[in-house]
Amino acid sequence: MLTILFDGIAYGMLLFVLAIGLSVTLGLMNFINLAHGAFAMVGGYATVLLMQHYDVPFLLCMPVAFIVAALLGAVLEPTLYRPMYHRPALDQVLFSIGLVFIAVAATDFAIGSSEQIIQLPSWLNGRSEFHFGPYSLGMGHYRLLIILVCVILTVLLQYGLDRTRFGSQLRAAVDDQKVADGLGINVNVVFLSTFAVGSGLAGLGGALGAEVLGLDPTFPFKFMIYFLIVVALGGTSSLTGPLVAALLLGVADVTGKYYVPKLGSFIVYIVMIMILLWRPHGLFVSKGTKT
Amino acid sequence: MQKRLFLKGTFAAVAVAFSGLYTPTVAAADDTFKVGLILPMTGPFASTGRQIDAGIKAYMGQNGDEVAGRKIEIILKDDNGVAANSKKLAQELIVNDKVNVIAGFGLTPIALAVAPVATQSKTPMVVMAAQTQSITDASPYIVRSSGTIPQVTAGIAKWAAKNGFNKVVTLVPDYAPGYESETAFKKFFGESGGEIIEEIRVPMRNPDFAPFLQRVRDQKPDGLFVMLPSGPGAALLKQYGQRGLEAAGIRLIGHGAITDDDNLNEAGDASLGVMTSDYYSTAHPSEMNKKFVEDYKKYDPTTRPNFFGVAGYDGMHIIYAALEKTGGKGNGDQLLEAMKGLSFESPRGPVTLDPDTRDFIQNIYLRKVEKVDGVLYNVEFDVVENVDAFGNTK
Repeated sequence: MLTILFDGIAYGMLLFVLAIGLSVTLGLMNFINLAHGAFAMVGGYATVLLMQHYDVPFLLCMPVAFIVAALLGAVLEPTLYRPMYHRPALDQVLFSIGLVFIAVAATDFAIGSSEQIIQLPSWLNGRSEFHFGPYSLGMGHYRLLIILVCVILTVLLQYGLDRTRFGSQLRAAVDDQKVADGLGINVNVVFLSTFAVGSGLAGLGGALGAEVLGLDPTFPFKFMIYFLIVVALGGTSSLTGPLVAALLLGVADVTGKYYVPKLGSFIVYIVMIMILLWRPHGLFVSKGTKT
Repeated sequence: MQKRLFLKGTFAAVAVAFSGLYTPTVAAADDTFKVGLILPMTGPFASTGRQIDAGIKAYMGQNGDEVAGRKIEIILKDDNGVAANSKKLAQELIVNDKVNVIAGFGLTPIALAVAPVATQSKTPMVVMAAQTQSITDASPYIVRSSGTIPQVTAGIAKWAAKNGFNKVVTLVPDYAPGYESETAFKKFFGESGGEIIEEIRVPMRNPDFAPFLQRVRDQKPDGLFVMLPSGPGAALLKQYGQRGLEAAGIRLIGHGAITDDDNLNEAGDASLGVMTSDYYSTAHPSEMNKKFVEDYKKYDPTTRPNFFGVAGYDGMHIIYAALEKTGGKGNGDQLLEAMKGLSFESPRGPVTLDPDTRDFIQNIYLRKVEKVDGVLYNVEFDVVENVDAFGNTK
């Protein structure tokens, strides 16, 4: 029972890392970027290739995955994304889904279509078991690592958005671009770095997820729905929303599969429908935000 | 009026085009014997196509490209693993290229989509991969050079019941081949006195096995039977190790697909000691197989032959032998008759093409993953002889 809860939390945390970048671009920059999963895939493949061909240790691969995906985001934002900011939502959706198709085909062509497998160092393969009377808790070390990384990220992000100068510049730029510009904030640079960080986080999520979720060229499509559910449920106005939504989904998914394997992955959708019926704008909507 | 005339014209044209399908394929004007090969060479199932293609090339490298005075020509078409493409390609090959035999077919829906085309044009259709048992029922012109899921599953099910497994949980993917394996395991394991305590079906699109494996662990069976394609199969093997199922005394047994020779080594040491059954292992100890593995690597140096590579090799042998038997002159029906009942030595061991099911009666081997000279192999340690398409021993 506790083990299942633990697995669910780890799974949810992973979803959070993967989806938080999307929440940032969608919520703060009002851009619908369905190609978010493609950045995650880039991070995943960077990890796999580095580990398989250059024997780079796994822990070092994670920051590398972040940097590679962030650099890619930084290159694509001014070239491809910026011209799309003021286009209607449908254009943005079509544009970014097109990017996903390109990413999938390019990966298939360059690396191959088979599922990639990484070899974790042995200390991450282990497992610790604890017994509390009738309850027992088994924790895979890798899943512990996921939770740890996620907690650190959440704290850093929350601090960055709320307490730093950059955070307030970003919020200002989002609320009113023209006025922010007039106040001397370089809006383009702010958006560029935000987009890059969002992409980098996806890349980090991809690196962490390659072991648990599997990695093949269709990754951006397979998990696009999960990202969107997290963002839809969590709302886009804060970090807490997506975090709670991701945890809820992770726990619901894992316990659902454990107790009712026949319903399998459908549980997630039931949870989503129930919550959206109850709160159509997501779990957390701050009062001042336009939705 | 204009429109009506146009419609009539179109119908006439369509009728003419289709009439081509109904005429039996006569030997092409030139003396070349053409084999239309339809395989997924790109897309998620590209490894199947690569295996079969290299298997066929290895066979032709060993046996030349001339049979009974006729030159053999292979026309390879890539269907990307999509059934709609395969059907169109089969029609083109038969009508335009006038091929004598069609072969390949990576997946069950593809074989089923092409089957009516084979029946209408009376063209023998050699299925070299798709393993759903019922495929051969779809057309009397189908023969199959791979194996069937019940046939392969029967091996491990019978062996497990005799070797100390009493309570087993099955875990299969939630789609037709998974159900077929589940049913076959239940039948043969149950017949020999074993008990299935739970049947788990996992969604194809979500490869996190954590909750399912935890459930298995808490049920404390003696064994876990798994049938999964090799990619997710490797992921499952790793999580099986990480979750400590082995330490809890739950032994993993499976359908040979989870320890696919093609990418067994990429999956790493997690598969060490896993016991599976299948009709072919790269490590099969025979001179013929050694030669085959060597020749296969000339055409596909990136990997080694698996159960599909050998099916390409044997499928080609079926075509060669049938053409030889009919003196190089056979039409579709005569070739088909010549194929039925063929009995020969394959790199996998002795096989006979059962005239009733048009599937091989073959040995199913029990294998265990072991390291030989630093490389992982499925090493055969036991055999169930002469198993037919339904898994029964002849």
